[in-house]
Amino acid sequence: MGSSSSSLSHIPDGQQLMGETGFSAAHLLRLHERFELLDKDSRGHLRPEDFEEIRELTENPVGGRIIGAFFPPEKETLDFPSFVRILAHFRPTGKNRSRDRTQPEPANSRTGKLKFAFKLYDQDRDGKISRDELLQVLRAMLGLQVTEEQLQSIAERAIQEADLNSDGAISFDEFKKSLEKVDIEHKMSIRFLK
Amino acid sequence: MSLMGLRRHADLWLLGSAMLLCCVSPLKAEVKNSEHESHSNSNITGIPIVTFKWEHVETPYLVALWVLVSFLCKLVIEANHHVTNIIPESALLICAGFILGGIIWGADLQQTFKLTPTVFFFYLLPPIILDSGYHMPNKLFFTNLGAILVYAVIGTCWNAASLGLSLWGCHKGGAMGELDIGLLQYLLFGSLIAAVDPVAVLAVFEQVHVNEVLFILVFGESLLNDGVTVVLFNVFDAFVTLGGAQIDAVEIIKGIISFFVVAFGGSLLGFVFGLLMCFLTRCTKNIQIIEPGFIFVVGYLSYLTAEMLSLSAILSCVFCGVCCQKYINANMNENSVKTVKYAMKVFANGSETMIFVFLGISAIDKTIWVWNTGFILLTLLFIFIYRFIGVFIQTWILNRFRLVPLEFIDQLIMGFGGLRGAVAYGLAVMMDENKIKEKNLMVSTTLIVVFFTVIVQGIIMKPLVKWLKVKKATESELTLIEKVQNRVFDHMLVAIEDISGQIGHNYMRDKWKNFEEKWMMWLLMKPSARKKQDHVFNVFHQLNLKDAVEYVSEGESRGSLEFIRNDSAIIDFKKKLGEDIFDTMPDVTADTSFDHGIVLPDRRDPVPSVSLEMHEQTMNGLREMEDLNSHHLLQEHLYKGRKQHRHKFSRNHLTINTDEDEVQEIFQRTMRRRLESFKSAKMGMGPPKIISKHTKKEQQKAPNGMKRNSGDEDFEFSEADSASGYDPSYSYRSGGGIENPAFMADLDPVVPVQIPPWLAEAELYSGAVSPSQRAQARPPLSAGDLRRLAPLRISTRSTDSFMMADIPAAEQRRDSFDLPPPPPPPPSKDGRHQ
Repeated sequence: MGSSSSSLSHIPDGQQLMGETGFSAAHLLRLHERFELLDKDSRGHLRPEDFEEIRELTENPVGGRIIGAFFPPEKETLDFPSFVRILAHFRPTGKNRSRDRTQPEPANSRTGKLKFAFKLYDQDRDGKISRDELLQVLRAMLGLQVTEEQLQSIAERAIQEADLNSDGAISFDEFKKSLEKVDIEHKMSIRFLK
Repeated sequence: MSLMGLRRHADLWLLGSAMLLCCVSPLKAEVKNSEHESHSNSNITGIPIVTFKWEHVETPYLVALWVLVSFLCKLVIEANHHVTNIIPESALLICAGFILGGIIWGADLQQTFKLTPTVFFFYLLPPIILDSGYHMPNKLFFTNLGAILVYAVIGTCWNAASLGLSLWGCHKGGAMGELDIGLLQYLLFGSLIAAVDPVAVLAVFEQVHVNEVLFILVFGESLLNDGVTVVLFNVFDAFVTLGGAQIDAVEIIKGIISFFVVAFGGSLLGFVFGLLMCFLTRCTKNIQIIEPGFIFVVGYLSYLTAEMLSLSAILSCVFCGVCCQKYINANMNENSVKTVKYAMKVFANGSETMIFVFLGISAIDKTIWVWNTGFILLTLLFIFIYRFIGVFIQTWILNRFRLVPLEFIDQLIMGFGGLRGAVAYGLAVMMDENKIKEKNLMVSTTLIVVFFTVIVQGIIMKPLVKWLKVKKATESELTLIEKVQNRVFDHMLVAIEDISGQIGHNYMRDKWKNFEEKWMMWLLMKPSARKKQDHVFNVFHQLNLKDAVEYVSEGESRGSLEFIRNDSAIIDFKKKLGEDIFDTMPDVTADTSFDHGIVLPDRRDPVPSVSLEMHEQTMNGLREMEDLNSHHLLQEHLYKGRKQHRHKFSRNHLTINTDEDEVQEIFQRTMRRRLESFKSAKMGMGPPKIISKHTKKEQQKAPNGMKRNSGDEDFEFSEADSASGYDPSYSYRSGGGIENPAFMADLDPVVPVQIPPWLAEAELYSGAVSPSQRAQARPPLSAGDLRRLAPLRISTRSTDSFMMADIPAAEQRRDSFDLPPPPPPPPSKDGRHQ
């Protein structure tokens, strides 16, 4: 695989992607390699099935949701630029903060990262995390260790903690506020993407 | 229950101090020296009634006195908060040591007491190290382990080498006159003073509250660099003995190898002892009372064994604590965990106090002081400068790899936090006078360095942190959503690493976690403990406990628990009495729309079996509420007499428990009955309605109940919401009481004792009740009043509030309990009754 993508010119819109996502050429090359590795039939795009091939991912409690995050609704395929754009959420912010204000907010800003996380919950994309949506995530993560009843209690309580306007659901703003003290930069960044 | 816990803690504290005395006692054998004269061999002429046998108790007595004196120093120092705010406690303790030393000097005209390496390394240091290992924030520690190791290994080597070489250079340049110190001896000196001291660092950094990453870097470094120090010290000590000529490449390589052996061997040994400890706690179910003892003994053994094998004892002890903490906390009974934590702190804090005091005392000794301005000042200067240089260079390299780079300010604090302490002093004293001619100069220089760093840098640290605006530790409140989210983040990062095909940090952590869950837990954890190993659930559990405690204490402060339901805020307490009952009432569980779960602590089985849940749906809650009250009352009045008679001493069991069991039994019995009636009631009326009126005002004040003070000041027992961390979601309908002043209990005096649930519910909805007004209107209660009022109380118990005093009367009638005459109304707490 390595030989097939030895230079940036192989990658469609390479330069533009670099500017957009802030990845270096080396990153893009690496990701492109990975992309091609996942793309077993060399179709040039990925399908959810390709992701499901990754064994660890299927064991991950939020794995399905992560895969879902790569595929916008009613879209069955994922091309390389979209792949990179999603991963850009996980690039550490680093020092190059000196972007000018006119540009749209990059994917790896605090808000960008949080939006990604928020979408993992918000499966029906109504802009709110309902009790059921939270419950599903909890059920996946806590699994059998906790009874259903306890799960519900936890979900209920978690919602109450964040729910400022008491509509029984967490909106993005409430979500953001509830995680005010969490070091998102640290929690949602991956080292090698730096 | 918490009170008992407190009391137990107090006992423990005493016990801990006593044990501390015991273990320090042998250590002073060498302290008592020539002054030990025997003059008690006078001839006995008859049976003495009282004899004064000072020699008999001298050593332990002196030890105990010294411990007492140093604790008293701390007591005096901590009583003056305005001073400790400016000068750190460790510095003050050293100064107290100076004074004490001065007194001894004045009395004996010689140094009769000082900190010896044996006392320090064998008795004072281990508790501190074990404590730091046991309380180590594991995740933080392992996430930053790479950086910590760099600082600890490379940093310490750098400090030692640069200081030794620079001093040697200055010596050659003639900066310090005539001194009989060779290069190797300089390096030896450099190595003993290179290490940042865990005791000193912890003492200072605990008070300044810097952000946790910075803290763990400095603290971790100070702990782990011991391996390096010990090796460097031993190697150079050997080199000095060998003499410069005989050192060849082989010896140097041996030295390097010995570093790895000492460091990794020590860590491994600690790991093994940690496993042993986990195993032991797995099987201590039947001897819970000495369970905590295992932790200390095994931890201490890990230290001693490492010392015996000439491995790094500190590393061994640290890793022992780090490895076992998770498992033993899960394995042991909750009380034992508390005990361990508390006793650990007692020992560590006590040792720390003594170390600083004794350091001060040791300094008052004319014989060790040798002054060489050049040597001492240059040492201070070089230590300071090289520390900064080392930190900057290493951080610069590390920052290229770190996810979140360390800022310049953090580096400054790290550099400034290079405090030296008693470890250096202990090593310096251990040097052989025959080999190193200038030992005394080195010892006094070490003391000066220690005093300078601890006192001067310690004092400056706090203003510096403020002035530089170092990121402080955020005092994060425990919230469930945050914990859940953190968990999601972890999974998410792993997933992303999987997708991008990188074996990164998160990948490794995930693999380790899986391995741990699969094997380590199976091996080291009680089967019952494994179940509750979920962090999110634990947080939930803790939050509930906190709420419950607040709830009860609020109730106590208001004189009763009635505040909680001033109007139609209905609480339904449900108690799961083991699975059997639980199974008989599936309907209850099914439609538990949940509001709040209180999980009572202190039960034997790890998965909390008592779970009180409140909802806002039925009236039955009121009865349960009464039960709680009556339970409380029974505890107060019924069992008290018996308890006094039953007081007995048992070494194996705490007597408190028996009392608790009684209470527990009553509680369960009444609860069981309530639950049955509750069940039948529910069957009778179908699924309960759920009140969904959430008053927004209250909702917004969530979740911190402490802050929302009663919105309606005119309420006497106003507002449950002001009460506790209570979930805002059950509706209080605040002000309901005021709005329905007509609904006074006295107006409907005759209501059947057993209100049909459906009726009762309707009644409930019909109007909220004012408890507080009744409370206001109520004349002071007396026993007679109680009897007179009893029917009224019963009749309205579904809607009305009741004073605690009411319940026994109610109980009495309803259940024909053979109660003693109704107790006087609870006096003190509720002033309004009087």
